[in-house]
Amino acid sequence: MPESAARLRRKNPILRTRQPTLPPASRSRVALGLTAAAARGRFALQVCLDCGTVQYPPREICRECLSHRLVWRPQDGRGELVTETILRNAQELFFRERLPWRIGVVRLDAGVNVIAYVHASVGRAPGRVRVEAALDRAGQAALVAVPEKGRPDLADDPKLRELTCDPRGRKILVTDGKTSVGQAIVRALLAADADLVWIGEAEPWKKITGLDVLRDLPRATIVPLDVTDGRSVQELAGEIGGKVDVLINTADHHRTFSIASRRGVETAQQEMDVNYFGLLRLAQAFAPVLKARAADEPANAIAWVNLLSIFALANYPPHGTYSASKAAAFSLSQALRAELRPAGVRVINLFPGPIDDEWDQLEMPPKLSPAALATAVVKAMKGSVEDVYPGDVAQDWVARHLDNPKALEREAGEGAR
Amino acid sequence: MSVPAPYDDVVLAAPVTVRYVRYSTKAAHWFLGRAVAGLIAAAKVPKARIDGLAVASFTLAPDTAVGLTQHLGMTVRWLDHVPMGGASGVVSIRRAARAVQNGDAEIVACIAGDTNHTDSFRRNTSAFSQFSQDAVYPYGSGGPNASFAFLTAYYMRIYGAEREDFGKLCVAQRNNALKNPLALFKKPLTLEQYLDARPVADPLRLFDCVMPCAGAEGFLVMRRATAEELGLRYVRLLGAIERHNAFPDDPVQYRGGWAIDRDALYAQGGVGPEDIDFLETYDDYPVINVLQFEGLGFCREGEGAAFIRANTFEAEGSFPFNTSGGQLSVGQAGAAGGHLGITEAIRQLTGEAPGARVANARHGLVSGFGMINYDRGVCSGAVLLAAA
Amino acid sequence: MKGAKKARPKKSEPKKNRASESRAKPQPNDLHALLRSALTSGRVQIVDLTQTLSPDFPPIVLPPDMGQSRPFRMEEISRYDDRGPAWYWNNVSFGEHTGTHFDAPIHWISGRALPNNSTDTLPVDHFIAPACVIDCSAQARDDADFLLTVALVKAWEKRHGRIPAQAWVLMRTDWSKRTDLVAYQNLDETGQHTPGPDPDCVRFLVKERDVLGFGTETIGTDAGQAAHLSPPYPCHYYMHGAGKYGLQCLCNLDRLPPTGALIVAAPLKILQGSGSPLRVFAIVPARRSPAWIRTAGDGERSGRARSPRRQVHHRATQRGHGRKHDERGL
Repeated sequence: MPESAARLRRKNPILRTRQPTLPPASRSRVALGLTAAAARGRFALQVCLDCGTVQYPPREICRECLSHRLVWRPQDGRGELVTETILRNAQELFFRERLPWRIGVVRLDAGVNVIAYVHASVGRAPGRVRVEAALDRAGQAALVAVPEKGRPDLADDPKLRELTCDPRGRKILVTDGKTSVGQAIVRALLAADADLVWIGEAEPWKKITGLDVLRDLPRATIVPLDVTDGRSVQELAGEIGGKVDVLINTADHHRTFSIASRRGVETAQQEMDVNYFGLLRLAQAFAPVLKARAADEPANAIAWVNLLSIFALANYPPHGTYSASKAAAFSLSQALRAELRPAGVRVINLFPGPIDDEWDQLEMPPKLSPAALATAVVKAMKGSVEDVYPGDVAQDWVARHLDNPKALEREAGEGAR
Repeated sequence: MSVPAPYDDVVLAAPVTVRYVRYSTKAAHWFLGRAVAGLIAAAKVPKARIDGLAVASFTLAPDTAVGLTQHLGMTVRWLDHVPMGGASGVVSIRRAARAVQNGDAEIVACIAGDTNHTDSFRRNTSAFSQFSQDAVYPYGSGGPNASFAFLTAYYMRIYGAEREDFGKLCVAQRNNALKNPLALFKKPLTLEQYLDARPVADPLRLFDCVMPCAGAEGFLVMRRATAEELGLRYVRLLGAIERHNAFPDDPVQYRGGWAIDRDALYAQGGVGPEDIDFLETYDDYPVINVLQFEGLGFCREGEGAAFIRANTFEAEGSFPFNTSGGQLSVGQAGAAGGHLGITEAIRQLTGEAPGARVANARHGLVSGFGMINYDRGVCSGAVLLAAA
Repeated sequence: MKGAKKARPKKSEPKKNRASESRAKPQPNDLHALLRSALTSGRVQIVDLTQTLSPDFPPIVLPPDMGQSRPFRMEEISRYDDRGPAWYWNNVSFGEHTGTHFDAPIHWISGRALPNNSTDTLPVDHFIAPACVIDCSAQARDDADFLLTVALVKAWEKRHGRIPAQAWVLMRTDWSKRTDLVAYQNLDETGQHTPGPDPDCVRFLVKERDVLGFGTETIGTDAGQAAHLSPPYPCHYYMHGAGKYGLQCLCNLDRLPPTGALIVAAPLKILQGSGSPLRVFAIVPARRSPAWIRTAGDGERSGRARSPRRQVHHRATQRGHGRKHDERGL
């Protein structure tokens, strides 16, 4: 038992487990543009291409010149908190359980009013603020007013902590601690004050030095987990599932073959068995118990993090079968997100570009170091995002993909044989 | 300033109230149908003589005025469904008046009503408008209480009003209501009780908020000749205004659309604020009363608090106001909240008010307001009425 | 019912008893009766030499750049539930060389052109064959890289007689008693460290003794460090090159006599198969020693409780060797 067991908060076992509730989830389609930007950690509003007027709430037609040419543009969010209130009464269960609740009206410099949560560090209205877009437990965009200067952590305000998946005080399962990425993530989680990290280890007879070092860390414990073996996954879920607050799936089988460069499907089957079916096995075993604990006390299940790849968005033919397996995992993660959303458990996907490890050895820099990727994971959890593209290559690819996916398909395929 | 054509001999008659209850298992159709029944009984006309119908209701959905014609077996040559919340009564009058004035209809029934189930308020609020669904309700689901808390806090800050000022209005309305047999609130209210009541959304507390209930209001619009033929007491329509989405660039709503058109209203009616014997405002929250005092010219913008401190608001006071008790003390029967003041004004001007009576009432002003589509009430309007 | 006939009591017959049954002479060609009577009387035992096929059982580890042999995996199809209300069954997947398995000559490059070299074409009469069990357990305990030499084989033959042609040679190391998977695989930065035969030994067994094949308790017939022998993987190279077979991940070799056991090892009949997991067991003459336990199919890695011992008296079944048999080395 790790040292920290003595200081871990314990649940009173005779009390009924609280059930999850969500803030109001329905939005019009056009309002989902706000959610799309918030999912990537951005605050964006519609701007009219013809007259430049900024629009809010989201709409179909420019409120000034009636043009239909509205596009989403990032906003700096600066403005004035003009009025506020503290709710003592609410009509939805989610807010009833969390009263009192502070909200305000911000007049943005951009010329629109937004209603927003107000961070505890913001002084009483009137005053200058900056508005950010976060994701709420229903997976929708939530605007938050923070002080104009400085960037407080959302989690510092206990009311707003639920916008984040802050690892502090959480028990977290990292499904594969054998890879350099897995190990870096374990370290980063412990540095971010996770209460306990379970480190999954498959094939214990293959010894990895880095893992042995982690074995001795307090607040870390190695558990057997082979995502290709349904029984292994079920058994671990049975054993620790009722305590897991966050599951980070680092299991990754990465080989570097195109269609032609490897005969037979054995390698591709392995990639699928780990990257896609592994996720499916984990989801079948752990998702139900995460949902059941989504409002548990003193700590609740809050997030599922997948390490995908930027190649899930657009196939990288030199690693063609690997890309396909990550794309399959990406698609499945969207299904998982839909199944976990009703309980308020967030699915966070990271899409890194090449990592500085043995399988991307021949990729040209820039490459993401395992430590940098681990930092991105923790940052995503402390923030309020669900789609993360860490590193220069990932940022470049996603920009190209959003701009013109067919062009990216051609560009990624250059040099393939 | 352009003044619209006068309303000639358009009159209002037959004020009907379907008694309010806190909760009902009946549908809105019941309350609206009973209102129509009350109207034809009061006017002693066969149902077929009513050839125009204007309806306002939230809980009639998915039906509108259209469904109601079949439900109630009415064949009309003029039909309107008015989705403007507390401004629906005033707007119904504006529509119906021009119709009867020009012969498009002879007798228009203006009715408003709603049922109220235990979850009606939440259902109505959670899907109130697209902007509300996308940009308001997810932030605390506080409903209109949150929206008006914003307004009240802002008004208090920029103009220095105090809670005691609003409380004075609420206490006066309650005093009026105590004499009104139709009011749901029967107990007196002191200023201390108002100030110390349970907080709802700072700075609003319990007695700043209306109590939603089930009920209906109705009245008839016709030409004077018709009213006299039927032997009905009536009031004359002197003027009417409406304005929607006024002052969209105000950061917070601290003034309402009446300010834009009130001069035209008084010009149309040939009277001034000093001639008004009583005012029935749309009072879903006290701060809106103050916006109506200012907007309708009873005091200058920003001076509402001073105006309140300088006056008394009971029916026998220096400024008779919400003489039935208003929504805050009678109850808010959904969309009928904006018709409440109209039926009360008709009763005051025909000497038939069941509760407190304003002595020598010759001119009355009824104001409507409503529909927090996003962050402010979009609709506003007012009618100027005179005794026969 | 009217037409029913009453059962007539049989005329009394002498009661048959077990003793008289066993004394009754079975017909020479009544194999089943022969075996059954031998089993019933305890003169013969069946010893299971097979590890349970389970997802936990480690597969052979190849460098990650190479194609990998799959470990055993099970996916449940249904279990008396909505997927199948009255039945339980699984889809299983494994490599041909997963768990306790048989290697056919086609498995190695040296045997690829031989006739009848795949699991579907092997001569069926090779599936029952005698075994010579060479005990290297002490040496393997002291040295994980222990290599069986010609000298040791000859020393064994001096005690137990010449290895007959077309017999299995099984290298007992008690490696199967390593229930800790890490110890079983015994990998470090220089690779796997498990015992096996040296090249001379293999050549000797193939050329001078014409064995049927070589069997081990470890994950390969070759030693864990056999890549560094000359030629690399000599057991695979020479055995399969000569049309001989391999058996791996055996267990319970410590329950076999040095000679006299009959091995039943029939791989799955896979089209062009290079090998397959199989149920391999030994038919063994029973021994006088109380260490012998009369059960079948237990005692492998799971370490379950053993059934109570039973004293059984047997006649020596080793033909022509009236020698003493001690408990261990036999």
